[in-house]
Amino acid sequence: MAKKKQEAIFTPIGNDGSSDGKIDKAVDLPEPTKKTHKQLGLTNDQVVEMFEQMFLQRRFEERAMQMYQKGKFGGFLHLYIGQEAVSTGTTFALNGDDDIITAYRDHGWGLVRGVTPKAGMAELFGKAAGCSKGKGGSMHFANVEEHFWGGYGIVGGHIPLGGGIAFANKYKENDRVTACFLGDGAVDQGALHETLNISQLWKLPAIYAVENNGYSMGTAARRHTVNEIYERANGYGMKNAVFNGMDVFTVYENMKKIAKEVREDSMPWFIEIRTYRYRGHSMSDPQKYRTKEELEEYQKTDPVERLKTYVLDKKLASKKEVEEIEQKVEDIVLEAVEFADETPFPEDKALYEDMFAGEPYFHV
Amino acid sequence: MAVLQFREAIRQAIDEEMQSDEDVFIMGEEVAEYNGAYKVTEGLLDKYGFRRVIDTPISELGFAGIGVGAAMNGLRPIVEFMTFNFAVLALDQIINHASKARYMLGGQVSVPIVFRGPNASAGQLGATHSVAYDSMYAMFPGLKVIYPSEPGDAKGLLKSAIRDDDPVIFMESEQMYGLKGEVSEEEDYTIPIGKAKVKREGSDVTVVATGKMYHVVKQAAEQLAKDGVEMEIIDPRTIKPFDIEAVVKSVKKTNRCVVVDESHPFGGLASEVGFLIQREAFDYLDAPVKRVTLPDVNAPFSKPLFDLWLPDAKNVIDAVNTVTYRK
Repeated sequence: MAKKKQEAIFTPIGNDGSSDGKIDKAVDLPEPTKKTHKQLGLTNDQVVEMFEQMFLQRRFEERAMQMYQKGKFGGFLHLYIGQEAVSTGTTFALNGDDDIITAYRDHGWGLVRGVTPKAGMAELFGKAAGCSKGKGGSMHFANVEEHFWGGYGIVGGHIPLGGGIAFANKYKENDRVTACFLGDGAVDQGALHETLNISQLWKLPAIYAVENNGYSMGTAARRHTVNEIYERANGYGMKNAVFNGMDVFTVYENMKKIAKEVREDSMPWFIEIRTYRYRGHSMSDPQKYRTKEELEEYQKTDPVERLKTYVLDKKLASKKEVEEIEQKVEDIVLEAVEFADETPFPEDKALYEDMFAGEPYFHV
Repeated sequence: MAVLQFREAIRQAIDEEMQSDEDVFIMGEEVAEYNGAYKVTEGLLDKYGFRRVIDTPISELGFAGIGVGAAMNGLRPIVEFMTFNFAVLALDQIINHASKARYMLGGQVSVPIVFRGPNASAGQLGATHSVAYDSMYAMFPGLKVIYPSEPGDAKGLLKSAIRDDDPVIFMESEQMYGLKGEVSEEEDYTIPIGKAKVKREGSDVTVVATGKMYHVVKQAAEQLAKDGVEMEIIDPRTIKPFDIEAVVKSVKKTNRCVVVDESHPFGGLASEVGFLIQREAFDYLDAPVKRVTLPDVNAPFSKPLFDLWLPDAKNVIDAVNTVTYRK
């Protein structure tokens, strides 16, 4: 008798069914660096500043979430909570005129690159005082003046833009490095692969950095992509690395080293920074694809708490000083919320503004 | 006036703009060492070197997006597509990024980029190499679309396109690259984007056509003249912004209009112009506006079927005869 045919199943299903009681984790976190901030060349003040920045990103988004739930604004809201060490460690490692571009989980990137909490919150509320004049919303924070080119909403679509920004820097021989961040979901887009090939071929001074937060919307990394993400770079002969993204020092150490190398030899890198997204993909996500235990496991490695503990242990600030910072951030965020609520919406004429750099034309 | 081939006129425009602005560069498949798939870029590599004349892999999405990013970061890229049929692979970059980045970031960036290459059919190349995309791009806010028919227009408009601070789609035709025409020798000759030109004066019927279709219409006009029907040909040259004033002015004189368009009938240039005429010149029309387009069918390979598919002078004459009630 013929064997029973195997059922045609395509995408790997849910949790892999392991019943040994172990938590089925979406990403395995590599060991963080053992170096102290001093060994990394960071001053005490810089570390405290890092903590303040990360705490700001965290509280900004927690308040944003509340405001969203209160119906203060609509649209999408993709939260970065849990990933703050990546934006913070990177920005501290790069020069101020190095270029950063990312996808739609962009609030943290905006805040760390000079979008004020007020301008950020106002953008979420769709107000004229928003960093993108209320034209972009949550997904399109930007501060181009400070070399943050923005958040983009098409998965993978901004990756060639990052390559192009790096291309222009090389063309102008200005020594700037471009860091292009993408989610693990974007790894499956053709745009990434075309850009990696061209970047290696043309020696573009760019770092393509995957923030692997474990999920492509609701699909775990192991269900949407094969093999290790960072190893894809080998197919392009591109330098690559994988490291822990829950520890800000690890991010800083690696980005510092990689950016220095890119500046020296103008060869691109493809890196995987493993982190974890605490919240859903967006606000409408019931998160049925993961267990509470899994989330709790990662929260033990919380990047903000981790740095706070370091600051206190190393006596970089006293408990009182840390509390003062927390209170200050809390006040700043609440002021931002109040500001966003009260500042006016764009005027009607704004509908037709910002379409053209040159002479505007609208077909009627 | 110099007499130049279409490709030479385009090359002159690129050359002059590269000469005067260090930020202008050209990239695309085969543009450098091969000297251009259609020899538009011939000699540019020798003159400007590998930094500014750049061969790309066959990665339309990738290099179009690199062009957009480079434009955002201060350069003025000319991105050549071997044909706009291949640019379909790059649509995410053209439509979602080039045309939208400025608006969604509240005016923080500009995207001064030209995407250029041949549009529409070029003989028996099968269904995927034969599509006219001009009206599709014209649908998207923020994009300008130019599709000239003669070398002189091509040169002046391409120079304007390269200087434009916003994204421009500049369309050519494989079958027109060898076409000769008069090109102004005036120094730094440019033509403003969005202005139509009356290419033939006549009092009996207005015919609107650009790109390759202009030449089909010109043939039809010569034949109709023998029958005493004088056609006025309006070549819009730019699809968007569309110079409806020029068309309306002519229609008010002739009271009849045919629009010839090498795209499919649904939602194309012909339907848009037809709508605009009924809105702006309804009381002047002595007959409904007629259009000549491709059928709602893909391009066939077989020669007799292909000839049947592509609008020709006879189709134009039939349409003119209809609107002038001569049949």
